[in-house]
Amino acid sequence: MRRVLPVLSAVAMVAAPALAQQEQSTAPFAYRQLEDPAKERAAMDLMETLRCLQCQGQSIADSDAPIAGSMRSLVRERIKAGESPEEIRAWLIERYGDYVSYAPQLTEVTWPLFAVPLVFLLIAVLLLRRRFTLRREVEERGAGDEGEEA
Amino acid sequence: MIAELGLAALWLAAALAGLQLLGGMLGLTRKGEALGRVVRPVAVVQGLLALCAFFCLIYVFAITDLSVKLVALNSHSLKPLIFKIAGAWGNHEGSMLLWVTVMGVAGGFVALIERRLPERTMLATLAGQAFVSLGFYAFLLLSSNPFERLSPVPAEGQGLNPLLQDLGLAFHPPTLYLGYVGLSVAFSFAIGALVTREVGSAFARAMRPWVLAAWIFLTVGITAGSYWAYYELGWGGWWFWDPVENASLMPWLAATALLHSVSVLAARDALRTWTVMLGVVAFSMSMVGTFLVRSGILTSVHAFAVDPERGSFILALLAINIGGALTLFALRAATVSEGARFAPMSREGALVINNVLLCAILGIVLFGTLYPLVAEALGAQVSVGPPYFNPMSALFAVPMLVVLAVGPMLRWRRDDFARIGKSLVIPAMLVVVMSGALVAVADVALLPFLGLLLGVGLAWASVLPLRGRNLRRLPLAVWGMVVAHFGIAVALIGMSSESAFSTEKLVAVEVGEITQVGPWGVKLDRIEPVAGPNWTALEARLLVRYGPDGKVTRLTPQSRTFWAPPQNTSESALLTRWNGQLYAVLGGEGEDGRWQLRLWWKPLVPLIWLGGLLIALGGLLALLGRVATDVRRSIQSDRIAERREGEEKLREDRA
Repeated sequence: MRRVLPVLSAVAMVAAPALAQQEQSTAPFAYRQLEDPAKERAAMDLMETLRCLQCQGQSIADSDAPIAGSMRSLVRERIKAGESPEEIRAWLIERYGDYVSYAPQLTEVTWPLFAVPLVFLLIAVLLLRRRFTLRREVEERGAGDEGEEA
Repeated sequence: MIAELGLAALWLAAALAGLQLLGGMLGLTRKGEALGRVVRPVAVVQGLLALCAFFCLIYVFAITDLSVKLVALNSHSLKPLIFKIAGAWGNHEGSMLLWVTVMGVAGGFVALIERRLPERTMLATLAGQAFVSLGFYAFLLLSSNPFERLSPVPAEGQGLNPLLQDLGLAFHPPTLYLGYVGLSVAFSFAIGALVTREVGSAFARAMRPWVLAAWIFLTVGITAGSYWAYYELGWGGWWFWDPVENASLMPWLAATALLHSVSVLAARDALRTWTVMLGVVAFSMSMVGTFLVRSGILTSVHAFAVDPERGSFILALLAINIGGALTLFALRAATVSEGARFAPMSREGALVINNVLLCAILGIVLFGTLYPLVAEALGAQVSVGPPYFNPMSALFAVPMLVVLAVGPMLRWRRDDFARIGKSLVIPAMLVVVMSGALVAVADVALLPFLGLLLGVGLAWASVLPLRGRNLRRLPLAVWGMVVAHFGIAVALIGMSSESAFSTEKLVAVEVGEITQVGPWGVKLDRIEPVAGPNWTALEARLLVRYGPDGKVTRLTPQSRTFWAPPQNTSESALLTRWNGQLYAVLGGEGEDGRWQLRLWWKPLVPLIWLGGLLIALGGLLALLGRVATDVRRSIQSDRIAERREGEEKLREDRA
């Protein structure tokens, strides 16, 4: 579904051939895994959270676009050299901007993303508490009005 | 000629929608009562006309009438017929026509069969349906006419994106649309009930089959879309929290909440305002989803700002419909009484908790999907993806699943945890054993870990409501609930297992070379060219074997080249065993004559879609059960009415 529905729109469909016949990346680790399974896993986990800058709505882990291939290679090389995933992410963000990371960082632009779930949590708790404490009070006060409910 | 017929039918249908709105509104006043009587027939004819226009569009696509602009832009004479037909709705104009068609037909159907509600509520409901339809007719006729002609007529069409030339996808959008637009009926019922202030069990019973049906279609649509992305895109991903996926998930979340609250309203006459609110929200989410997908705003806020005609039109519709409905809700909510009361420890209590949590998840998905657009408008580009949505939604999904395990066993109104506590001992023990085993054996990330535990516990708990009941006499609706909840557990286990235990192998192999992925041995046997109706391909013949002495099976992934329009796609090859799927993709050829293969072993991954189908099946069982009961009830009441009439006649005769 990921790539399709936007493509469904007529305009995008006309532009679709532009996607075609693209060259594959020839960077060394674009289509090659690291020997060490633990490092490869760390690299994959990171790649799945990095955005392909050329395609629409895909991570670099699942795109055939050349730039995604180069970025995969870069991530694998740096992981191999012993860098931590978050260092690599920071480096990429510095270079390409926040857009490249699917994991939003806490900045002055993105703070609402983290505040809102907390607000929802608060609202949910308050809503349920209010509803159920009110109920209890009502029930304690008038056990007699139950007849009308049934 | 046929195209003009379609256009005429569309205009006529729009005019009738206007009449339906007018008749419905005037019918509510004392003077206009006579006008009210035309509303039902008009709604039926309007639906038929929209259907007629839709068939006209399918016809011009089927014969590839290139003088119609839409056909020339989206079709090609060499395409297989089934994809020519599917091409009719695989584009903006066609899909909007499908939207109004479903809406018109659904409205006509309601007008034809729904006799339980007070006539005034029905009038308001049908007027509401007409009001929403009218906006979409205007959108279609004024800014996206599907029947526009083209001159001069081109020699050949531009073709359909090959990614979309797939059977699964041909029927994916209509399924989702049936769900999206089916919710419009719930919306209209909510409006109708708000106008006449008649919210109660009868209202809930009238609304419930529509919510159920729409929800089933949404479930099937999302499941099919996810499977399609999984096998067609060639990377083995099944959910990415992409805005387009979220656009279909949001109505589903709202409809799931609505489904449960409408059941409480039908059974216990409680949660009146909450149900009406959810009825409004669910269809609003459908419209928001359509706006996101159709306006082009997802590509870029700037692209939207440059060519804002369609987007602004849908945005205006959105504002009018949602804003209007919420205003009506705000005005009337206080006058609709809350309904029956219940304790927190009761079936209703559990359902309320689940409803609130579902809404919180919905809120997070909505906010996370829209926020990048807001940020872009503010001049910053951010991406919000799985690393955000997964933990944030889990924050609410985990407690929700725990409540889901307990809730169905609780009694209505008031219950005691001690009564059901005993039956939960086994699932709780299962969870403990499972967590111990997982920690000892594998190194699993937190979310899949929780998912596996909850999935296993819930799978057990979900069938507990069957305990001690006569299975033969159990109502279908209860079976439906059990099957759907079990489906959630199954899907959860599939998702968690896929993310926890998948193995990936990217290799460049020579012909004849053997490689290992998980328990599989994979040998590249040969590469050969093959041809299809509108593509050529390189096909790899892979011989695969499970374990050292399994049976050898052949898998044939392809790398296809389409020529209209020119585009490459990889056709993955899948091998399903009871315990998972082997997924193989043929990549490009390297300079040294080696071939790239991408291989995955994904344990238990089919459970994701099996679970999705079980959820939909549960919905279907519940729907059948409810409809059967409704029909029986209406036959009974007819009989009672007949007998009463007969008795009266007898009495009159005697007198």
